[in-house]
Amino acid sequence: MGVGIEVKDLNAWFGKAQVLKEINIKVGANAVTAVIGPSGCGKSTFIRCLNRMHETIPEARLTGSVQVGDMDVYRPGIVPADVRRRIGMVFQKPNPFPTMSIYDNVSAGLRLNGYNKRRELDAAVEHSLRMAALWDEVKDVLKKKSGSSLSGGQQQRLCIARALAVQPELILMDEPCSALDPISTGKIEELIFQLKAQYTVVIVTHNMQQAARVADHTGFFLMGKLIEYDKTEKLFTAPTDKRTEDYITGRFG
Amino acid sequence: MPSVSRPVSLVRRLTNFGFIGLSILAALLVLAPLGAIFGYLVYKGIGSINLAFLTNTPRPVGEDGGGMANAIVGSVMILGMGSILGVPLGIGAGVYMAEFGHGRFVNLVRFTADVLNGIPSIVVGIAVYALVVLPQHHFSALSGGVALGIMMIPTIARTTEEMLLMVPNTIREAALGLGIPQWRATLQVTLRTASKGVITGAMLAFARVAGETAPLLFTAFGNQFWSLKPDQPIAALPIQIFAYAISPFDEWHRQAWAGALILIVLIVVAVAAVRVVTSRGSMANNA
Repeated sequence: MGVGIEVKDLNAWFGKAQVLKEINIKVGANAVTAVIGPSGCGKSTFIRCLNRMHETIPEARLTGSVQVGDMDVYRPGIVPADVRRRIGMVFQKPNPFPTMSIYDNVSAGLRLNGYNKRRELDAAVEHSLRMAALWDEVKDVLKKKSGSSLSGGQQQRLCIARALAVQPELILMDEPCSALDPISTGKIEELIFQLKAQYTVVIVTHNMQQAARVADHTGFFLMGKLIEYDKTEKLFTAPTDKRTEDYITGRFG
Repeated sequence: MPSVSRPVSLVRRLTNFGFIGLSILAALLVLAPLGAIFGYLVYKGIGSINLAFLTNTPRPVGEDGGGMANAIVGSVMILGMGSILGVPLGIGAGVYMAEFGHGRFVNLVRFTADVLNGIPSIVVGIAVYALVVLPQHHFSALSGGVALGIMMIPTIARTTEEMLLMVPNTIREAALGLGIPQWRATLQVTLRTASKGVITGAMLAFARVAGETAPLLFTAFGNQFWSLKPDQPIAALPIQIFAYAISPFDEWHRQAWAGALILIVLIVVAVAAVRVVTSRGSMANNA
């Protein structure tokens, strides 16, 4: 089941450059939340702060608190790998492990965390691939073909399946469709819509139509600040902030 | 616009033909020395290779027969010990440089590896003589393995580093994003992704030291008799070839050729075997 997120006073830096300023936001469980904004506004950094990926970049640091479900993500002593296991991530460019078969890709998160029971792995792989709407296309070549031999759209669905296999409570997607054609994008959007029955999804996107299509709530970021956060319908039809209006009507960005 | 097919001009066709010809010529020139060496070795050596050569130890001058069985086994032992030392240390240093090192220390390690790579092999032999042979009070197979292992380290470390740096960062992020602990992500995802190149580096280093003679003169020393003891002097093919080649006896000359042929076959077989074993289970080929 999905979990809610509560972010308090989040600030983030790369070296001396501050990329996020005083972010406060509450995201509901089992909903899709979109994060929009122009390039460099900090939206990717924002979701990378939610699963402690931000700190994997040298010189990156942050202050503030993030609560995901019952987990205080930045509590001293908590292991970042444990956080990331509970919060799945899908990246901008499909990044299947190139030397692994489709099966090994999907089961990687489980196997490399020490689960080795064959029957359970088989079941998890099938379940995850079905969830990601890829099962029918790859079920006959699971162990014969490598992840990177698939098409771009299939690779991204493979990456979604790989993230789902570890049974996260929250799924973060960082512009998951920006490298895909419209048909693959449509498939992934449909998938996102189905995922929210079981998961909480936060998706970063450049594409405002995409946000309008898939998200229940949308947040607008500008220059490292969360300018406006509201129901998607409201944000796109009656924004309260002038800057949001300027952005969604295409006056900048 | 309707496409009109025009005949390609004569100049363009000639230029095209000329450049393809030149690149084929270059490729043949690269293959030629290897072909020539291997061909000449087979021509000179194959006649002296028989069961006795592969199973007997050397006989005194004047006696017919005798072989290099002890040298073949000795080379395998020394190279095995060298690889046990050199491969893990080399890969470990490469992983450190590419994945974990920051700042000055990493530059120092890299610089040291490059210098070590350029040190003449006989100097490595002398160093190991001082470090291992003198404290032990005698030559030994082990010290030969240490010398070859040390020579393998820099090549393996640098190729491992280069190969790891070619792995896109998105792969590391994907692994970390799944909640895989850093050490496991590095070993089982990043290193695995680079494994083909890393193995090539290890094989290059192995093939290079397999023919080394100089560092073994002060360490393994050579031995005319059977020995399987790691703490005793041991025969090795390069030493045996050297000793026989500079001798004044025709029979020993023929055996030196045969020994050289066996050495090359040994290297080719080892490299091919490692390739076959390590390519199992990897999907790199049908990507």
